[in-house]
Amino acid sequence: MRIKHDSTAVNSDMIRRPIQRWAPFFIFPMVAAFIIGFIWPFLHGLFLSFCKFQTTSKWEWVGINNYVKALNDESFVYSFGFTAAFAIVSLVLINVFAFAVAYALTQKIKGSNIFRTVFFMPNLIGGIVLGYIWSMIFDGFLGYYQTSILTNTTWGFWGLIILTCWQQIGYMMIIYIAGLQAVPEDMLEAAKIDGANGWQTLFKVTIPNVMPSITICTFLSLTNGFKLFDQNLALTGGLPYSINPDGTSVHTTEMLALNIYNTFYGENTASRGVAQAKAVLFFILVATLAIAQLTATRKKEVQQ
Amino acid sequence: MKKLLAVLMALVMVLGLAACGSEPSAEGGSVYWLNFKPESDEALKEIAAIYTEKTGVEVKIETAASGTYSETLTAEMDKSNAPTIFVVSPNGVPTWGDYCLDLTDTAIAKELSTDAYNVYDEDGKLVSIGYCYECYGIIVNNALLKEAGHDVSEITNFETLKAVAEDITARSEELGFAAFTSAGMDGSSSWRFTGHLINLEYVHEYRDDPEAWGNGAYGPATLTGAYMDNYKALYDLMVENSTVDRKELANGGFDAAAEFANGEAAFYCNGNWEYQGLLDKGMNAEDLYMIPYYSGVEGEEKAGLNCGTENYWAINGEASEADIQATMDFLVWLVTDAEASEKAVTTFGVMPYKSAAESTNRFLAQANAYLADGCYNFAWVTNYQPNVDAYRATAVSAMNDYNADPSDANWEKVVTAYIDGWATQYAAVNG
Repeated sequence: MRIKHDSTAVNSDMIRRPIQRWAPFFIFPMVAAFIIGFIWPFLHGLFLSFCKFQTTSKWEWVGINNYVKALNDESFVYSFGFTAAFAIVSLVLINVFAFAVAYALTQKIKGSNIFRTVFFMPNLIGGIVLGYIWSMIFDGFLGYYQTSILTNTTWGFWGLIILTCWQQIGYMMIIYIAGLQAVPEDMLEAAKIDGANGWQTLFKVTIPNVMPSITICTFLSLTNGFKLFDQNLALTGGLPYSINPDGTSVHTTEMLALNIYNTFYGENTASRGVAQAKAVLFFILVATLAIAQLTATRKKEVQQ
Repeated sequence: MKKLLAVLMALVMVLGLAACGSEPSAEGGSVYWLNFKPESDEALKEIAAIYTEKTGVEVKIETAASGTYSETLTAEMDKSNAPTIFVVSPNGVPTWGDYCLDLTDTAIAKELSTDAYNVYDEDGKLVSIGYCYECYGIIVNNALLKEAGHDVSEITNFETLKAVAEDITARSEELGFAAFTSAGMDGSSSWRFTGHLINLEYVHEYRDDPEAWGNGAYGPATLTGAYMDNYKALYDLMVENSTVDRKELANGGFDAAAEFANGEAAFYCNGNWEYQGLLDKGMNAEDLYMIPYYSGVEGEEKAGLNCGTENYWAINGEASEADIQATMDFLVWLVTDAEASEKAVTTFGVMPYKSAAESTNRFLAQANAYLADGCYNFAWVTNYQPNVDAYRATAVSAMNDYNADPSDANWEKVVTAYIDGWATQYAAVNG
């Protein structure tokens, strides 16, 4: 039964009515921004993936041709493989290191606030700048041996991994620290009293309790790994290429997003639609992976 | 405090809305030039300011960052106030031809002093017209050559060029400078080799078989690669006798113009647009020479510089009548007004318009002197590189491999990138 007379209760009409009346007003800016910035461009892009176009206002319908071409594109398939390998390796490394750092910095060691700040700082630098900074660092080192990161695919791959780890570990660390601090003291104390050793406490008490953080961090690092663009563009730009006998090339360190970008701008008019089709495929891929991963890790979360 | 906050918020909102509403009024039409040449940005903005002051017509100059013109143009053309002037070179006609106004018999086309730089589409529509022409080759600092006991006049073919360059390299310790400036293969410099130097290969093929190139009107579907060895010879000479070890070129980040201006090298592979900049950096005009790409081709004693252009004005045919008229008026003023055309010629080198100011560019004068001596011109057939960005990017990668390890196998990759790559990209564009 509704309580009608206690005007301070959260569900009272006195409080609910104005909220109900004003809700659309407050929601509107967000919804508008979402529609303008996401829904509309997405639908427009989806439409354009079935068209041949030069500028988005002048198009010609071509049906699923663009998708056929996209899937037959050797470079797209290659960059999918490269991106997947990158995403998996970076996912594992970032999360293992971020968790380890977070764990160390919640052990009440001296100066942990300074460490947290310093570890977080790389995340404040933009991807393009980071890419160039690291390109200087790598080439400063490789230059001694008179070579460059642009000449070797394996170096390019690990260069990207190092860069991404450096950038993202600090960010994930903050999330893990928040999770670790929320692990109930009494549980830890109970584990101690029951005679659990350090590892047992970590795996049986701490990790199950920080599962929500693990969910969000793996989600972020997986999607970040697939969507990586700026760093890729600035660090390797897809170099080195392997030259095909017909004079075309496969960009051996080019990830999906950069491949889409290069397809869009690099070739003839017809290729813009193909790039758009690749972008839609890319969206479906990232969304599917993200949802699958979320569902899988959510199941492991425990109620506190 | 809360009231203050509320007032502040309201203010921000009103200002935000007001900012959205203040689009420039387009009663009399306005001009928007999406400029292709970063080095001319400043000069063009000065010219635009003069015009606006004189006539009240708004002239907006935007410059695309080096190597991003097609990206910028694509984005800008979609806007409601799209560029009214943009650059469409012959290989841009398939992509942008539909957007261009037919310039046949327009006021600006009538001012042209030559039709050599007119670009037509398949239906004979005059898509774009040249607004400056340029020359490129090997820039020489004769003061340094003299210091080494040579003179620019002794260089008349590849043999003599090689002799001078290798002599300088042999004595570089004692002389304190190298023969050639660095040949960085990053985006800011690689076009000097994948766009310009490679022209020597194309142009000799073109001279052997002009028919295949429509007598210079379009590019062929395939190349023979007959002169790749000459390209290799000159490229090797440039990177072996340079300020920078060839193994380090892939990274780039070198400043060839500064090396040249500071007297660190005697030869610099570039074009006449560098002239003003070199003078501004304190070089003496009389020390500066430009010599042809000597690469060991028979009869090259009669070679001239690479003269041509990739700078073509196109007017946006989809702009409003008023904007098109305003643009036309602006362009005519630019090539007829004494003050404006002088400023424009200083930055562009030379403009092929009847009433434009005379050029003071020494390199262009030398280019004409070669022609007057009966030397043949290197036409800019490099303009027909199909899918130019992808084509050149592949070449850069192949050349990086070759510079890291100058083996025959790696040179084969370079040949594949240039010669087979041409055929493949040509088919992709025209197929």
